Amino acid sequence: MIRAIARRAGSGLVVLWAAATAAYLALLAAPGDTVDSIIGDGADRPQIRAQIIAEWNLDRPAVVQYLDYLWRAAQGDLGRSYLLQRPVRDVIGDQLAPTLKLAVAAAVFGVVLALILAVVTRGRWARRASSTAELVLVSTPPFLIGIVLLSVFSFRFGMFPVSGDRGWAALVLPAVTLGLPIAGVLAQVLRDGLDRALDEPFAVTARARGLTERSVLLRHGLRHSLLPAVTLLGWLSGVLIGGSVIIEQVFGRPGLGQVTLQAVSSSDMPVVLAVVVLAAAFFVVINTAADLAYLLIDPRLRRS
Amino acid sequence: MIEVKNLRVTFRLGERQVEAVRGVSFDVEEGECLALVGESGSGKSVTARSLVGLAGPAARVEADTFVVDGRDVRGFAAREWRRLRGRFAGLILQDALVSLDPLRTVGAEITEVLRTHGIGDRGDRPERVQRLLTDVHVPEPERRARQYPHQLSGGLRQRALIASAIAGGPRLLIADEPTTALDATVQAQILKLLAERRASGETLLLISHDLAVVSRLADRVLVMKDGRIVESGPTRTLLGSAGHAYTKELISAASGRRRMTRTAPGEVVAEAIALRKVYGDRAVVRDVGLTIRAGEIVGLVGESGSGKTTVAQLLFGLTEPTSGRVRFEGRDLSGVPERARRPIRRRLQLIAQDPLSAFDPRWTVRRIVGEALPRGADPQPVLERVGLSADVVDRYPRQLSGGQRQRVAVARAIAPRPSLIICDEPVSALDVSVQAQVLDLIAQIREDDGTAWLFISHDLGVIRDLADRVLVMHDGRVVEQGPVRAVFEHAGHECTRALLNAVPTLEGAA
Repeated sequence: MIRAIARRAGSGLVVLWAAATAAYLALLAAPGDTVDSIIGDGADRPQIRAQIIAEWNLDRPAVVQYLDYLWRAAQGDLGRSYLLQRPVRDVIGDQLAPTLKLAVAAAVFGVVLALILAVVTRGRWARRASSTAELVLVSTPPFLIGIVLLSVFSFRFGMFPVSGDRGWAALVLPAVTLGLPIAGVLAQVLRDGLDRALDEPFAVTARARGLTERSVLLRHGLRHSLLPAVTLLGWLSGVLIGGSVIIEQVFGRPGLGQVTLQAVSSSDMPVVLAVVVLAAAFFVVINTAADLAYLLIDPRLRRS
Repeated sequence: MIEVKNLRVTFRLGERQVEAVRGVSFDVEEGECLALVGESGSGKSVTARSLVGLAGPAARVEADTFVVDGRDVRGFAAREWRRLRGRFAGLILQDALVSLDPLRTVGAEITEVLRTHGIGDRGDRPERVQRLLTDVHVPEPERRARQYPHQLSGGLRQRALIASAIAGGPRLLIADEPTTALDATVQAQILKLLAERRASGETLLLISHDLAVVSRLADRVLVMKDGRIVESGPTRTLLGSAGHAYTKELISAASGRRRMTRTAPGEVVAEAIALRKVYGDRAVVRDVGLTIRAGEIVGLVGESGSGKTTVAQLLFGLTEPTSGRVRFEGRDLSGVPERARRPIRRRLQLIAQDPLSAFDPRWTVRRIVGEALPRGADPQPVLERVGLSADVVDRYPRQLSGGQRQRVAVARAIAPRPSLIICDEPVSALDVSVQAQVLDLIAQIREDDGTAWLFISHDLGVIRDLADRVLVMHDGRVVEQGPVRAVFEHAGHECTRALLNAVPTLEGAA
């Protein structure tokens, strides 16, 4: 068990290293002088150029530049944005909390809703209705869901603030918007898994013990249906990262999405690099969690 | 205990109505052992499951009389059924690997019965679980209760499943093919355990396709075919003077008959010399040597885990031996690159246990068999040889019965005129009557083509009926070998004797 965890953490580190290196190579490969790339649309003055050369060791051999970059990244030093005149760590640090809040709220909402939908809609008509609604949600672009929710709940009924990140009320609509498509996909997968598990011989055995259908579902079926759902955690992390950029734009929320958008449009390379590495880290964490969740759910995978 | 008159079970499959049980009547008396025998699809399992209201959501169950435990169960609500299940009747299904929840410990599964029926309290349930496991002779019950089904051997798993079925203290045990997935030796142990349960006062309803299995235990036998009871009576009488043709077929399949051969063995086709295969630090095959001659059927028997499948893989060149070598038609098969083996491949064919997973499900029979024939050749003659009619050529594997599928597998194997066919448990998944037909077919092809066969099985009955020579494997070694008759009549090794004793035989058959 401990060895399995260590192995997964190790491969996670390799992915992180690869992401950091890829980002670095992209910086070098960018057309023109590396110093120009780092300045981006910022002020171009001789002192700043000298500062950049010193920070990125551009006057030293390529190997030293690279190793030094890795060493700084490993320590959490993500460089300095010369456009914003602030360390990248501070730029991201300010915006990390609102985005994390949104991502966690959306993931929790999506998973809980999916579980409820899959477990409750077992009848013939209920499942048909629910399944149709899920497919509609999955195939609707998130920004459209967001705009519809905004116009109904904010403009019409004034239940939630239109934009910004003040208090929990402002989190509700963005989290629902981001969480609904997640719930749609997960509910379909969970329902399919439940159907399959409840058809297995062990479900017959469980019923033959006198268990109620609900107990068979909750104690036996649900755990089996979680296995295929866990596989989707990797996909989920992608949706959360990509979706938050759009959702933050629609709801005018501060966050990493806004930062990324600004950094890309103003060619603020140090911030873009940091976002890439951060996204990779997020991806690694979620996927490692998924691998460990497998071990937790299915004892058959636990043999060393 | 149970009184059923004119029981009918119909399944609705889309628009179609399928009658699985068509008017079955029988009683179960307190303390007896009643057996329900028939091949798959005969309606025996559905009948048994109807007794606890578990025929399935798509089933409609009707009967003129349907009394269980003194109560009319027609129109029982789910709640009333639940009170019967586990408490009045315990259900034991075929393979504990899938009939116990693989994600939960054995202890949790048994505790579930106790909790559902409010037996004992939280504190003393672990102790009750251990007592139950001890009752079914599971050693180290404390440790086993914490383990998962996949960590237990087939026999222990089945015992654990029985423990969970008896946990509610039921008066009736319904066992649906309780030993079909097990080795002969383990099968015998489980049957002994069931006999013990019966001696301790439980009534037994045994469902099986194998007459030999139930003849050891049952007082009375009901033979089912196509949803009807075609014959019934006390076991001894029924075996002695079966009236119905189908019962006779079942009896002859269970008692076995020698499929005689006249061809003298020809030249050596394949030869294994001091084969040894090591995985990690475990030697799976140790110093196995064997020769197979043209026109000979060699049986390879042993319990699961004895290394017989690995020997087949080595002979087939699917894995390289750690040491030793395999020669085929005078050429080296081991230690040469796959490219050199490829021309030999056509001369060496394999028949797998489960053709459904060995065939591409999107291919028709024409394509499956055609693949083994020269380009453009008509598959019809080969299919005719294995007794398949012309209308199967455009069907997909899923649309064939188990027996038909295995015939297609045989057709594909004989199509390129091989000199050796290796088959790994080719009939284990088939009903006995179908099994007999496939074995007849194999004997016939050997007779006609002079093909050599290596026949791997854990079922000594099959080997006895078919093979000329037999090799007994245990723990990676060949512990005994020789002509079938000699080995079976004067078994030298204790392992052979254990396997032989475990073969179910018809008791009281005339």
